[in-house]
Amino acid sequence: MTGCKVTSRVRQVNENQCHMCMPLGGVIALRGVEHSVALVHGSQGCSTYMRLANVEHFNEPIDIASSSLNEKQAIFGGEANLRIALDNVIRVYRPKVIGILTSCLAETMGDDVERFVETYRTDREIGEIEIISVSTPSYGGTHTEGFWATTRAVIAHYARPAERHGGINVIVPNISPADIREIKRLLDLMGLEYTLLPDYSLTLDRPFGGRYQKIAPGGTPTAAIARMSGARATIQFGLTCPDTLSPGLFLEERFGVPLINLPLPIGLDGTDLFVGTLKDLSGQPVPDSLMLERGWLCDAMADTHKINAAARPVIYGEPELVYALAKLCLENGSVPAVIAGGTRNSGLAALLQPLLKDALEEPIVLEEADFVTIEDAAVRTSANLAVGHSGGKYLTERQGIPGLRVGYPIHDRVGGQRILSVGYAGTLALLDRFTNTLLEAKYSSYRRQRKEELLNEKGVSDAKA
Amino acid sequence: MENECFVPAEPTACIDERQFSIMTTGKNKSRIHCADDSLAGAVSQRACVYSGARVVLNPVTDAVHLVHGPIGCAAYTWDIRGSLSSGPEMFRQSFSTDLKERDVVFGGEKKLVACIDEVVEKYHPPAIFVYATCVVGLIGDDIVAVCKEASERHGIDVIPVESSGFISGNKIVGYRAAGEALLKLIRPEEGETVEKTRKLNFLGEYNLGGEKWLVERYLAEMGVEINVAFTGDSTVAALKKAPGACLNLVQCSGSMHWVAMSLEKEYGIPYIDVNFFGAENTAESLRKIARFYGDEEIVRRTEALIEREMERVRPVIAKYRAKLAGKRAAIYVGGAFKALAIIRQLQELGMEVMFTGTQTGKPEDYEQIGNIVSEGTVVIDDANPAEIEKFLLEKNVDMMAGGVKERFLAHKLGVGFVDHNHDRKDGLAGFDGAIRFASEVYATTCSPVWERVKKNPFEEAEG
Ligand code: SF4
Ligand code: SF4
Repeated sequence: MTGCKVTSRVRQVNENQCHMCMPLGGVIALRGVEHSVALVHGSQGCSTYMRLANVEHFNEPIDIASSSLNEKQAIFGGEANLRIALDNVIRVYRPKVIGILTSCLAETMGDDVERFVETYRTDREIGEIEIISVSTPSYGGTHTEGFWATTRAVIAHYARPAERHGGINVIVPNISPADIREIKRLLDLMGLEYTLLPDYSLTLDRPFGGRYQKIAPGGTPTAAIARMSGARATIQFGLTCPDTLSPGLFLEERFGVPLINLPLPIGLDGTDLFVGTLKDLSGQPVPDSLMLERGWLCDAMADTHKINAAARPVIYGEPELVYALAKLCLENGSVPAVIAGGTRNSGLAALLQPLLKDALEEPIVLEEADFVTIEDAAVRTSANLAVGHSGGKYLTERQGIPGLRVGYPIHDRVGGQRILSVGYAGTLALLDRFTNTLLEAKYSSYRRQRKEELLNEKGVSDAKA
Repeated sequence: MENECFVPAEPTACIDERQFSIMTTGKNKSRIHCADDSLAGAVSQRACVYSGARVVLNPVTDAVHLVHGPIGCAAYTWDIRGSLSSGPEMFRQSFSTDLKERDVVFGGEKKLVACIDEVVEKYHPPAIFVYATCVVGLIGDDIVAVCKEASERHGIDVIPVESSGFISGNKIVGYRAAGEALLKLIRPEEGETVEKTRKLNFLGEYNLGGEKWLVERYLAEMGVEINVAFTGDSTVAALKKAPGACLNLVQCSGSMHWVAMSLEKEYGIPYIDVNFFGAENTAESLRKIARFYGDEEIVRRTEALIEREMERVRPVIAKYRAKLAGKRAAIYVGGAFKALAIIRQLQELGMEVMFTGTQTGKPEDYEQIGNIVSEGTVVIDDANPAEIEKFLLEKNVDMMAGGVKERFLAHKLGVGFVDHNHDRKDGLAGFDGAIRFASEVYATTCSPVWERVKKNPFEEAEG
């Protein structure tokens, strides 16, 4: 096999979207900054929709302020409204950080948000409150890019030449709060001092607790963010992050913090790579408890490899996760039928090439895909498992391909915020779900299917053909 | 944990400028401010003009709904409603022109034309609704002209929906844009007329969870036929027969009154208001319809139906009422029509309404609400989460009815919640809906979960 065919969308119309819009990713990243509030500079609808999407996924109340632009401001500029919005956000929330994300409208109007903020700072007494603005026009990028751009902007806002220290930075892509907690647990187990950004493990997954706080507790402390420029190294799970948006690359180029770019620690190889890196950085052996977890995963892989080998999944979603999931499948003997990312510029196809060179079947790789394209490819290749977010619901509903929910956004199942798939333990949880979805499909259909195949008029001759 | 201890210096829940949007019944007679644009920074629960237009038109099942704008506006509204279809599923596809930087700079008309052509070639739909979003409004794409040309080129209805979101934050403007699009769609060609029938149109019915079908069954039993619903389970061809109806039922006041008035002016079709939420409302509405037809047989059948159904509903409601009497409720929904219907049902269940509000209510609506709730009830227009939280706590609310954005706010406070939104999957209309509603209210208000999650068994008793 010579690797994979890559197809990009050739049609003009996008039919059934595989990705969301850019400021949405920014909103999630900002939730990982302590005491922060997101303010979308644009018309009201955008921010309401972003709240809705996040509420449904995280099952948490989520406030996103809007500068509520109307027609008049669209023509004369949005500065006045942005100022009122800032006043009100400060009054109601008393945040330490306000992140301003631009909508398409504000970008098209050409509002100079940086300058607005400058003026606002000089003539309002807002003391310690930091205002970070990020340009997030959706006609230029998806929520994936919005997440990276915002994380990078937060770091850039605080970064000053700092004294070297022994801690490391860990930068995560858009993963679940449960995944963040698991990564932190591994870091703790390996005895490392670290700053993880953006840490929304608590802010977007809060335990039940009496009074609702307007700003959820948790998030990476800004003082820690400011120290990231002095770290010993940065681990970033961002193989698909474009250089121009890469937070880790920014720290390396400006402040000489060496960047270790890793795939998400999903699967045995991926987790080994991460744990191995931590072992090197800490100089500590891998603790027995973690080796036990690894052993359990290996045991499961051994026990289920033949079942998993029968899977021909269609994998779709954000490129970083899609890449890690494809690796997970391949290391378990399952060759994906379709691998699809909703964004462009992620380099997903090039990354996949070496993984796929020995594969017996040739997967279809799609970039900047919509679901009509994905569905079509999945049907053509007889995919038998759909792995990804809720956008792929028609793969199950219309094509009868069993679904496995992972990624973002998930609104047709509960618990999007606590789906665990990283580390040895997380991989095991995911792999079991993967195998069991296959088994469930098998048990519910194999008697009927064999009957239909073999007990027809042509008898067994059909099966031989 | 250190994080847990951070309590912001008591943030102000209510922004001063919003004080006129909140009132307490009985205390002041001044009118509530509403339908203003949302205040910047206040985290309004409102959506946009586009979304208002989209929810009204989306259930037209065989039309293509093409959103002209950047990807998000379409992605967020893909398959948003639990509207059911008896046939075509085209309305559940999400089409976006997916505007990119160059389109924004050089104009998006070319791309819109290309997208329309692609869609027509692939699907041959009977109609395409083209929705304008904010960016398109700003860059000045002439979607009216593009649609007109496309209509002529393809010989189908390509209808512009002028729903640029920033015209106003208020969905009502979007309802109006949708109404205009519908009127355009159903207007007969020059020289053609639609034959008059004894059937009725059902305006503001979206067939959520099959609600239209349920009411259709009642009407069939009475001997009355539905011509077409606006827009639940409708097709383009069926909508075009709308002028042939002899009566319009109007269900959702926010979205369809204007359409009903226009239909009366243009085609001489009278309309009556109906409301199928709650058993009492359903019975009243069915009687109204029977009275309109003035046929004795219809009236007799209607009474028989109502008696039979009420017989079935009454004991069920009584069972729940015994558990729910005196519990405290809050209601925050999109429109006043829905708020009124829910208030009435909760009152039938013996509950007290402590606070209520809407995103899009008009002054008359709020007056009507003020008349049916008891003194001391807080009424609020376009509430933000901080305000909702404040009143849920202050009024010691047991259960809230609202949309998905409020659900987890209520849950975090240990307050029960009933979904009454566009995206619900189960019908709440008619007699069966009344039973389902009561059982949902009971299940959440009296859930055994609340007493457990609210206490900490390991806390040492004080003193
Ligand atoms: S851009 Fe306008 S139309 Fe689109 S979601 Fe935002 S407010 Fe609505
Ligand atoms: S206008 Fe842009 S930011 Fe707003 S919803 Fe549409 S794509 Fe997203």
